[in-house]
Parts: sequence; structure tokens; C-alpha cells
Amino acid sequence: MANFGGAYNTIAFDANKCDGCGDCMTACATAKVGVGDTARSRIQIVGSADDGFELALCRQCADPKCVTVCPAAALTKNYASGVIDWNGDKCVDCLLCTVGCAYAGIALDAGTGHVAKCDTCDGAPACVPACPHDALTYVTTSRIYNEVGDWEDLFAPGLAGCQGCNTELLMRHTLRRVGPETVLATPPGCVPGMGSVGFNGTTGTKIPVFHPLLTNTAAMLAGIKRQYKRVGREVNALAIAGDGGASDVGFQSLSGAAERNEQILFMVVDNEGYMNTGMQRSSCTPYGAWTSTTPIGKGSGGMPAQGKTQDAKNLPLIMVNHRCEYVATASTAYMEDLYDKLDRAIQASKRGFAYLHVYSPCTTGWRFPTDQNMEVARKAVETNFVMLWEYNRTDGLRFTRPVDDPLPVTEYLKAMGRFRHLSPDQISHIQAKVVENLAFVKQMAHRQSA
Amino acid sequence: MTEHTKYLVVGSSHAALEAVTAIRMHDAEGSLTLLTRDPHLPYSPTVLPYVVSGRFAPDGIFLRDEKFFARLGVQLKRGTALKALHAERNAAELADGSEIAYEKILLATGASPAIPPIPGLDQVSYHVLRTLDDATKLNAAIKNSKQAVVLGAGLVGMHAAENLVKAGAKVTIVEMAKQLTDGYFDAIAAGLIEKAFTDNGATILTGSRVVKLAPSAVGAMLTLENGTTLEADLLLVATGVRPNMDYLAGSAVEHDRGILVSDSMQTSVPNVWSAGDCAQAKGFFTDDKVMNAILPDATEQGRIAGMAMAGDPGLKQYPGGVPLNTYHFFGRHAISVGSSRVPEGGEMVTRFDEASGRYLKAIFSADNRLTGIYGVNEFFDGGVMCQLILRRIDLSPVKQRFLAEPMKVGREIMSKTWR
Repeated sequence: MANFGGAYNTIAFDANKCDGCGDCMTACATAKVGVGDTARSRIQIVGSADDGFELALCRQCADPKCVTVCPAAALTKNYASGVIDWNGDKCVDCLLCTVGCAYAGIALDAGTGHVAKCDTCDGAPACVPACPHDALTYVTTSRIYNEVGDWEDLFAPGLAGCQGCNTELLMRHTLRRVGPETVLATPPGCVPGMGSVGFNGTTGTKIPVFHPLLTNTAAMLAGIKRQYKRVGREVNALAIAGDGGASDVGFQSLSGAAERNEQILFMVVDNEGYMNTGMQRSSCTPYGAWTSTTPIGKGSGGMPAQGKTQDAKNLPLIMVNHRCEYVATASTAYMEDLYDKLDRAIQASKRGFAYLHVYSPCTTGWRFPTDQNMEVARKAVETNFVMLWEYNRTDGLRFTRPVDDPLPVTEYLKAMGRFRHLSPDQISHIQAKVVENLAFVKQMAHRQSA
Repeated sequence: MTEHTKYLVVGSSHAALEAVTAIRMHDAEGSLTLLTRDPHLPYSPTVLPYVVSGRFAPDGIFLRDEKFFARLGVQLKRGTALKALHAERNAAELADGSEIAYEKILLATGASPAIPPIPGLDQVSYHVLRTLDDATKLNAAIKNSKQAVVLGAGLVGMHAAENLVKAGAKVTIVEMAKQLTDGYFDAIAAGLIEKAFTDNGATILTGSRVVKLAPSAVGAMLTLENGTTLEADLLLVATGVRPNMDYLAGSAVEHDRGILVSDSMQTSVPNVWSAGDCAQAKGFFTDDKVMNAILPDATEQGRIAGMAMAGDPGLKQYPGGVPLNTYHFFGRHAISVGSSRVPEGGEMVTRFDEASGRYLKAIFSADNRLTGIYGVNEFFDGGVMCQLILRRIDLSPVKQRFLAEPMKVGREIMSKTWR
């Protein structure tokens, strides 16, 4: 029976990056039939330069019509790999599958007289590395999804987050990963706003959760962890805090806990402002960004208001300078990377202070459509506006996902409304800041790994 | 004691199997019984010509195994036919005299060969091809056949005839209509099919009617309308099918040529659904209820019926049957999607290259929607074409390109419209 709710690896296509060169088709035909005849490729690029290129490829449907119309049981959904397998020994060449499929995912190969379809080359699709423009990617994050799906969801089924917010993903994944032997601290911010502290006298989580002040989160959590240690019980002490609480008024207790190397995991969900309370600026808000306290308008005293006039504080780098057990930055657009870091942070928190800084695009406060969160998060990394790296005392700082050929920062800025007003000078400032930040982190990576 | 089941599915081919899956998608627990008159595990009648040819052993064609039914918690009752439906008291009377009380029943009983009323047919021995046992018998007979006659040039008859030809028999195909594969393909396509058969040594007698049959030394003597006679050591009657619905006698379930069903496959009687080759449902091109006894439609109808029976809120109403046929003959292929009728004010365009045998026919409505497309040795994605028809997509801007390269242009529209 179907692997309900399971996920599979998949070939993804980004039409915006495709120029119709056909290298994927040549690679497929070469891999599958030994000749580079693109007509025999199982991946078919259609369209034109004027109209844009599109893709005809087996979607490996969860509920495949080709399988249901096959009279010979020659097509089967492989619930281990997710691929729809074609068995040439059983096929009677009736072509009914080509009538069943609405996506041209299985078609006649004139060279053999049989139908042919994508089998993802057993998990190493030849088309993907052949694409010179990264329009094709082989997405392998299903492993995480399947693994995590088997663990208990420790967050309430419903929550009050804004539509399109990635923090729910972060909450559920993190809690599942740390498991039920955890005490959670969520200071004022979006995470309690979404429901972690609960409603009507019950918590929003299936683990003990408390709601410290913005100023004392790390201190309270450290105390609780120490008390548990004193009574001999092993628990994970986890804080999930916003950037405002962590970088502004909560900073002294955060810094103190890091300096004392308390055995806690402090996760900051960085949406670059006080988004829960009305989108005020924080010290993590970037230069030029609109917030309700850094408005756009005539200004006063002859000084037009053009968003925030200071650069953001780089909190994760400050945490590196505490020489914590572990410090890392992560993004929900790169879940495999985030997962590896979460695992390492949990391990590190058993020895000392672990700090994980996750960038969290805010659909409400940053002004972008609710279906664009991952895209905005991805653009931030692709432009080097944020960088994904990790640090520990032994190995120093290293990039986990270096971007050698970054997009111009405007690709990121134009993805949202909070930068809509930027002047060319402001954009230049931000681009220069990106370059400077990259150089700084690179220098740090170099120095500490040397 | 009367057995009780929540869902009783009668039949075991495509419509029934899809219904079982659809029911289990929504109701994992409710008791479910699958009843079939066939003694074998489920198989598709479509694949039987390949049992006849010997390509498959009889046990190599099953679509599901016992484990499948066990995993889904389905009680499988094979080799027992439905004898009478007592819908007024939600009970099915079986051929063995027992009864099953059901809450909901699906009649997916398929069809049987229609035997033409030719004088003397009952005096000779002949084959039909609808069940696995039919195919096994025909497979044994084919090996000894020197001169075979196939009555009927529908897809079943043609498939079997091809296998007889390949087995070395001298084969004559007798068809009442003026052309082969009437109702599936047009005269030009039929001409290409006919040529493939005659090139391979078969004799085709279209526009011919058998008026009398009598036993003879080798088997049967057939007399045609024009007085000629033919002798056959193997006679296959493949003159069409009729729905299996004798069990409705005395019940209130409305039926015409088949069992009449709504757009959610419900019959005129509560708790009774029908799907597949025995059902008569709305056509896509007409609001009249039509027989569209083809495999893809059977799966579609079975799915809808199962969802409706289980109360699945995801149910989408039946859009109406679109004729879809594929036919593979002597290494060539023919595909037909949609209606061959040219709508009022519409247009039919054909393209035929005699040298290569590539043939394409496309039919458009007055407002440039595709209503039918036929190809021989011209591959296009039938599923994409069917969507163009179902979605009534305006092809005005691309019509000429579409006619030149239906596969390419179809894929372009697909990838922009319903990707």
C-alpha cells in the first residue's frame, strides 16, 4: 500500500534558469540509450526563448494514472524509491499509459518501439549535473521529512502564526528533534505569539514551556538546567527567542550564559525586528529597511526618512567571540544544512553553550507574498546577504554553503516591500556591506582554521 | 446465516480495483468484500491477446495478488457470480445460493461477448475472448490451427487475428461494416491497418456477413451473404460485447444498453453504484448516456464510484466519457482520442504521408477547441490531448503549429496550463 505521507527525492526544475540548451536531454539519451539523440531523452524541454522553456518529465505521481490504466501490471509505484518502475518483460506496448498520463511523462521511444520514462537513474539522475545553469536540481531533503515525520510532534496542532511564516516549520522540526525530555523557554516574541505558551491554562507544547522576560531568558533557562542537573535528571534546555530579545535587552543575560558556558541550546529566530508587536526595528534590522519605527517619508529637520540608518548588528559573530561550544547560522531554505547544525548544536549543548541563529523572513513585516518565504530565504543566501557557516573551538569557523558566484543584492532586496523605497546610494551601501561582511567572515574562517 | 459487509464490490477488473483503492483511501476500516465470478486473481481483459499469443503464461498477468487484498482488509470471494440483486433489502444473492447483506454495492461486472444470432452458430464449436479461461483455450487451439476465421474486426478480433497470423495460420477476418476497426478508427487508418494485415498474409472480408454456419470435417463451414463459403478449423467470434447485468432482472435499477448512472456513478436505486463496461454514463460530447467501454474510463468511473461510496469529500463529478483507444499492430500503432464527429461549424483536418504511412486527423469545434485527434504511426501524448479536450482549450493561436507537431505543441500547452 501507499507510503502515505512519505516523501521522496525528486528532480526539480527552475524554468527561470533554463535557456533551452538541451544538454539535459543529450545527457539523458546518452545515459539511457547510448546515443545523444534528444528525441529519445526521457526529459523533454519544450517551449522557446521568446515564450520561456518548460518541462515534460515523469512526475512520479503519488497516485499515478499510468499505473491504474496499465492492463499488464508493467508499471508499478515503487514505494521505497517513489519512482514509477516500468517492467519491459511485462509491457505489451499498448500505449494506454501514454493516454492515461496528462503530463507527457511516459511516451513512445521510436528507437525501441516501447514506452520510456524517467527512472531518476536510480537516484543519480544524469540530466541534473549536465545542466550548465542549475535549472535542474535533485532534491534529497525527503530523508529529513521521512525521518522527522516518525517522531512525535510536540507542538499544538493549530497555531496562531501569520500565513506563510517559516517559524512553524522551525518550531515543529526543532521540538521533534530535541524530543520530549526538554524544557523550553520562549521569551516575548513571535514564538509565544504563535502559541507556544498556550491558551486557556494549557501549554501549546507537549513539553514544559515557560515565558521569561526578554531580559532574563538565558539566565532563567541556565538556572532551570542547573536545578535539573542537581536532582540528577538529564534534560535539554532550549530557548527559542527572537532577534530583538536576544540582541537588544536580552543580550546581557545571553552573553553571560555564553561566557559561563551554560549547557543550553539558544536558538534565535531572526526576523530582523520586533515583528510580533508591530514591526519595530531591532539592532538586527538591516540598513535601509522600513519598519514602523524607521518609517519612509518627509522626515524632520530637512532629513528625509528612508528606513533604518544604521547597519545590523551581527549577533552570531558576536557569539563566536564568546568561544561557545558551537555557533552556527542556518536558513529554512536549506533544510539539510539546518538539520546537520541542529544535530551538532544539540550535542554541543550537552557540553556547554550552543547557539543557533536561523534567518526567518517575515511575510508580514518584510512585505512579501505569503508563498514566497523560502524563496526570500534562498535569495538572502544566494546574494550573500546572509552567510551559512558554523563554528566550534576545535575547527574554527567554516562556510557550510559557500556562494562563490553571488547574485547582486538587488535580487534579494526587490523580493520584498520593506526595501522598495531604496535610493541607488542606499543600494550601493548595502551591496558594499555585503562585500565587507563576506570578507570579514572569510578572514575569520581563514584565521581560525589556520 | 447471511454475511454482512459495508461495501460489496462486484467484479475484479479495472473499475472494481480502482473502487477498492478509492474506498480504502477514505475508509481504512469498513468491511469490504470483492466478489467475482472469475476463479482467478484480477486481470485485465485487454491483456488476454498476449496470453493467446503465448507471450504471457496465464499466471503472469495478474494485476493484484492475495497479499494486496489482505493488506487492505478486503475479503476476496472468487468464482462466485452475483445471481440477483435485491436492492430493496440491500442484499445480493449469489450463484451458490448464499446471500450477502451490504450497505453499499458497486456493480462493476463488465461485459461478455455478444453472440450474433447466426443460424447454425450453436451447432459448431467456436471461441470467444473475454476471460482468462477463454484465452487459455484459444492459446491451445491456435497451435494446431491452419485456417482460422475471425468474426468481427473490433480491437479484440484484430488482436487475436494478428496472433493467429503470427502463429502461422491462414487467417480470414469477416466484418459486417465497410471497414476494419469501425467506430475506433476512420477509413484511412483502417486502410493502413488492413494493409498491414494483408501484407502479413491475412484475408480481410469487410462488408461481409455470415448467414449460415454448419459443422464440417475440419470444424465449421461458413456461408457468406454473397454465397461464398469458408472453412475454419478455428472460429473466433469477436462481434462485440454486451454488459453483464442479467442479475438486475426484477430489480428497480434502471438500465438501458447498460446500467444507467449519475455523474457520481450512482444508479437509480439508493446504495447501488455501477462503473466500467457495464455502466452507461454521460458522454463528454453529449448529455445522453452512452456506453464508453474502454479501460481508462473504467478506472475513472471506478475511482469516482469508490469515492462516492466511501463519502470522500474530494469527489469530483464525472466529466463525461471521452473515447480513448490505442491499438498496436505489427509493430505499428494507432491512437484515437475524442470524437470522430465534426461538430457543427467545426473543421476536420487530415495529413497523410503515404510513403511513411504517417496519418494524422484532428477535429476542431467552431471555436477552435480540439474535439478529436487520431494518429497512425504519428505519436502524440494521448493523455495531453485528452486534457486539451476536457479543458476545452482554445487552440486558435497555435492551430497550424499544432497540426504540424501535435506532440510538441501539446506538451508546450500542458507545461503552461496544468503543469
